[in-house]
Amino acid sequence: MIHAVIRPERLEEVKNALEKAGFHGLTVYDVMGRGRQQGFSWRIRGNTYKIDLLPKVKIEIVVDEEDAYRVVEIIKESAATGEVGDGKIFITPVDETIRIRTGERGPEAVK
Amino acid sequence: MGIDGGDTVWVMVSAALVMLMTPGLGLFYAGLARKKNVLSLLMQCFIAIAMISVVWALWGYSLAFGPSRGGLIGGLEWFALSQVGSEPNPNYAPTIPHTTYMLFQLMFAIITPALIIGAFAERVRFGAFLLFLVAWSTLVYSPIAHWVWGVGGWIRSLGALDFAGGTVVHISSGVSALAAALVIGRRIGYGSGSMEPSSPVYVILGAALLWFGWFGFNGGSALASGALASGAFTATHLAASAAALSWMLTGWLHRGKPSSIAVASGAVAGLVAVTPASGFVGPQAALIIGAVAGVLCYAAVNLRAKIGVDDSLDVWGVHGVGGTWGAIATGIFADASINPAGANGLLLGNPSLLFSQLIAVAATWAYSATMTIVILKVIDLAVGLRVKPIEEMIGLDITQHAEYVKP
Repeated sequence: MIHAVIRPERLEEVKNALEKAGFHGLTVYDVMGRGRQQGFSWRIRGNTYKIDLLPKVKIEIVVDEEDAYRVVEIIKESAATGEVGDGKIFITPVDETIRIRTGERGPEAVK
Repeated sequence: MGIDGGDTVWVMVSAALVMLMTPGLGLFYAGLARKKNVLSLLMQCFIAIAMISVVWALWGYSLAFGPSRGGLIGGLEWFALSQVGSEPNPNYAPTIPHTTYMLFQLMFAIITPALIIGAFAERVRFGAFLLFLVAWSTLVYSPIAHWVWGVGGWIRSLGALDFAGGTVVHISSGVSALAAALVIGRRIGYGSGSMEPSSPVYVILGAALLWFGWFGFNGGSALASGALASGAFTATHLAASAAALSWMLTGWLHRGKPSSIAVASGAVAGLVAVTPASGFVGPQAALIIGAVAGVLCYAAVNLRAKIGVDDSLDVWGVHGVGGTWGAIATGIFADASINPAGANGLLLGNPSLLFSQLIAVAATWAYSATMTIVILKVIDLAVGLRVKPIEEMIGLDITQHAEYVKP
């Protein structure tokens, strides 16, 4: 499974690029995150606020092992702006996949 | 004649109704924009209230309504509201205090530049926006208001009719919006299908506030309570209803679904179109004006998208085209028996009114577009108009205001 935390404003590009390469299924969450991209501090009516958690989007996509690095490359290219705050990609193994409708398991269920 | 209590109450209430339209417009725009720019649009509309009020009190009102200089602009005799007191001004509104009239006009001066915000939404620097507000209000709004409404103004002298601001408010802002969209250019990612409206709920709420406030906008433009105000109120409501229906049905036939944003946009298009006509036409004409506006503005919005101009929230399609249709419709449907201060239109055998209307439309299109381009180019050279690409991607809420709406 590939977990990518990216800029919300790049989501559309990433989705399109994955689609074009034949990776259709994915799950997307709105998340807040903090990395090297510094936040902002400011004062409103006597209170100091700090925004160090910035809005991000997390994509999860499960693919066959041999496709994993292709997917990573696609996400890397389509999510990048070159500025701090482009996000990170993590890869984890998946023990089992089951398609609920048919009960298929394993690689058949991943497709 | 002296001050009339009923008239004063109605125009003061109307001023308050029109004031509420600008935050309503903020909600309408915020709902149409992406989530990361919601606050920036509310903020731009809200600060317009404060900024234009100060400009108007200092010199805007005097330039628009002060003693005419050759029919082109008012003088500065009323700078900082000197000579604008409780005594009525018989030229403009003989039965209400002059301050009430000034205040009612102020609310129009506020919402007009605020309408243009939709054209450059999601990509303009806040400081540059403030400069634009002051410059546009001074150099475009005040002169056009003077031409059309000021005593001695050349369009007024021509006999062209604009009951509540179809030309002064909607054509001027709508055409300026198109010019502004061309100057500032498209948003990053425009056309990729990623410009999802943050909240149709805000759009409906904003449209409801606009509709509500418009009773003051058009009804209050009678500048007295009574039959004329009631007639304008009726025309306003019927045109909004007809246009909400006709836009929704057109979209339903064309795209297969009756969208809530279509209903909201249609209502606004109808309100825009009936604005110049509202005090000169009866309810039958208002229904026709609204029904046509819904279809026409729908077509204009689609045409705009096809050409690929990023007038992001369709100010030109709704206000520019709706206002132009309204000005022409006034020349067609006006009926002097409804308002003796008006004139008969084409259908009652007077083509000359339509001719005057067309001159007013052409002059407003040409002047608004030219001046907006000049103003924006100058601001761009002086301080820079557009945020950096990375700021645009992060959104204006965080990069311009250090605030955001939680996802």
